Amino acid sequence: MTTSELLTIIEKDGRAAKGKDPNLSADDLRRLHRTMLAARILDERGLALQRQGRIGFYLQALGQEASHVGSAFAMRDSDWFFPAYRQPGIPILRGVSYDDIVCEWYGNDGDTSKGRQMPVHYSFRQANFVSISSPIGTQISQAAGAGMAARIRGDDTVFMTYFGDGGTSSNDFHSGLNFAGVFKAPVVFVCENNHWAISVPLKGQTASDSMAAKAHAYGMPGVRVDGNDVLAVYRVCKEAVERARKGEGPTLVETVTYRMGSHSSSDDASRYRDAEEYESWKQRDPIERFERYLENKKLFDPADKQALVDGIKAEINEAIKRAEARPRPALETLFEDVFMNPTPQLRAQRDELLALEGPESDDVGEFPL
Amino acid sequence: MAQKTLIEAVTDALHHEMAQDDRVVVFGEDVGRKGGVFGATAGLQEAYGTERCFDTPLSECGIIGTAVGMAVYGMRPVAEIQFLDFIYPAFDQIVSEAAKMRYRSGGEYTCPLVIRSPYGGGIRGGHYHSQSSEAYFCHTPGLKVVVPSTPADTKGLLIASIRDEDPVMFLEPKRSYRSLKGEVPEGEHYVPLGVGRVAREGTDVTVVAYGAMVPIVEKAAEKAAELGKSVEIIDPRTLVPLDEELILESVRKTGRCVVVYEAPKTCGFGAEIAAIVAEKAIGHLEGPVVRVAGFDTPFPYSLEHLYMPDVRRVLKGIQRTFEW
Ligand SMILES: Cc1ncc(C[n+]2csc(CCOP(=O)(O)OP(=O)(O)O)c2C)c(N)n1
Ligand SMILES: [Mg+2]
Repeated sequence: MTTSELLTIIEKDGRAAKGKDPNLSADDLRRLHRTMLAARILDERGLALQRQGRIGFYLQALGQEASHVGSAFAMRDSDWFFPAYRQPGIPILRGVSYDDIVCEWYGNDGDTSKGRQMPVHYSFRQANFVSISSPIGTQISQAAGAGMAARIRGDDTVFMTYFGDGGTSSNDFHSGLNFAGVFKAPVVFVCENNHWAISVPLKGQTASDSMAAKAHAYGMPGVRVDGNDVLAVYRVCKEAVERARKGEGPTLVETVTYRMGSHSSSDDASRYRDAEEYESWKQRDPIERFERYLENKKLFDPADKQALVDGIKAEINEAIKRAEARPRPALETLFEDVFMNPTPQLRAQRDELLALEGPESDDVGEFPL
Repeated sequence: MAQKTLIEAVTDALHHEMAQDDRVVVFGEDVGRKGGVFGATAGLQEAYGTERCFDTPLSECGIIGTAVGMAVYGMRPVAEIQFLDFIYPAFDQIVSEAAKMRYRSGGEYTCPLVIRSPYGGGIRGGHYHSQSSEAYFCHTPGLKVVVPSTPADTKGLLIASIRDEDPVMFLEPKRSYRSLKGEVPEGEHYVPLGVGRVAREGTDVTVVAYGAMVPIVEKAAEKAAELGKSVEIIDPRTLVPLDEELILESVRKTGRCVVVYEAPKTCGFGAEIAAIVAEKAIGHLEGPVVRVAGFDTPFPYSLEHLYMPDVRRVLKGIQRTFEW
């Protein structure tokens, strides 16, 4: 089944469309809400730190919280993610600490990936969250391969991979979906269609009616879902995850959403897109929308929101304080993890660097002659 | 002459060629509406329209594959790859197609295209916004490889690259995009491919460097001068074709040679220069040829300042040609 119809559950007034409410427990609903909120606050703090010159770079998921939190919520803890760079809510959902997240921004000695990558390119083995890469699309075929491996080994692990509308133009999108289709890999491909790839609008990316339509050619279902409706995203992904687990193969899910911020801290979206589009999407904010649903269910009172926000902010700020007190990774770590054991050349290069005297970097050192 | 930054020199050259040759088209990710993520193509779409300067879908393979097709059909495509680190999906089109079109067709078909791409570290860009992968391309027969180091050369070499009849990799030192400003001739300015320059005259030791390493070596040379060593800096400007004679002439004069490049040391382009010097000037050498390069690790983030060759390491390299 491939449909260009958009699945929505939460209506304007906050009520669930008849017969579509996934009827999650109160605890689950609160957890979804708190995770989305935490992702947003984390993003606010991250961008602010970049603006203050305290970290080098930041990339927000503003407006896309429902898209990635709702989909990830359909997974079991033993299932794996092959993420892109706009899913900060997933590590939070999986219980990764703010310390682990924030240390990565600083690339300090507490960073799980040892300061090797730019901010937000996380790697969290404890959460089955595979190391994020900048080159667009590479994770898509990898997820297909991991799914093939699970099938070969007889595991019931499911894999979820994320990419943007831009990512569908990559070679790996084609290879990944094609392989997953042929080998019936247990993979859910989540295309977060936020309408922009830096400054290139959706129309410049594909002449196709939808991203979901592309699934047809690979022999798998393609579903379009309102990406700002956390329950709709959850519901669609839950079905896809179950199909995958039962051995029925992959699904392509297109979450239709919007990049509310600039592409990254290096970009200024006001230079290439108009305010009207932004304003219309602002009315569809995924968190506010979910709060109306929760209010209807008497699970949320707007009067309590500030306290909730302040609590999360305080936790993140504490983690930031601790991260800022930590040093950079030790010099020797530069040469670790290239291989399991360093080559003789790497050892020699390390020793050469350790033996260097004088101040580092552009600072003109003492002349050694 | 006007003072321009290195990136303004890129824009200047593109304007100049688009205005005088309507076969020249410019495309890539974000080059149209936004004018490039670094601003290299700013104003081109307004000036020449969306048919001659346009955004593409996010596919380097698509960008270069279509550029090859256009070039074969008689256009002069100038494709931008947003960061050199993202060029690998296009590797097949570059190495198997663009580089071999002339040879495999016995000269019937040619591929006069330019691939512009910012390369190199020093901007806190981590693994994927910092690499210097020039050696892969130098190792591919059929590709020319150009790496300018000054704003004026950037303009002159880019114009020469666009007019060249063969595929050219035009690698722009992004670290110098805005940090370097210099005089750039107005209008026509042509710097032929294959002709290097003496960036600084000296008598005691030759240091060969290109791209973003030239300003670092210039600083090191100042410091060396204070300590009584006269450094001659050779900037080859183009790695393929290489102005061997200019390098050899300098080494014959100084008797010493250091090569500085920011790519990983092993199999970097500096190894080629060292081999040429060893083959053709060994009788003139008074010390070992020394490479000062990036380490054989992926490009780091937090420890980038230790990875990049800096003044301290260049001076150490110079020292090693005297004390061995
Ligand atoms: C192969 C490759 N080419 C170019 C880039 C530069 N780049 C980074 S993000 C991006 C746009 C991505 O758009 P999309 O896939 O829609 O994801 P979004 O940023 O909207 O989440 C580009 C062109 C890259 N990272 N990788
Ligand atoms: Mg996008």
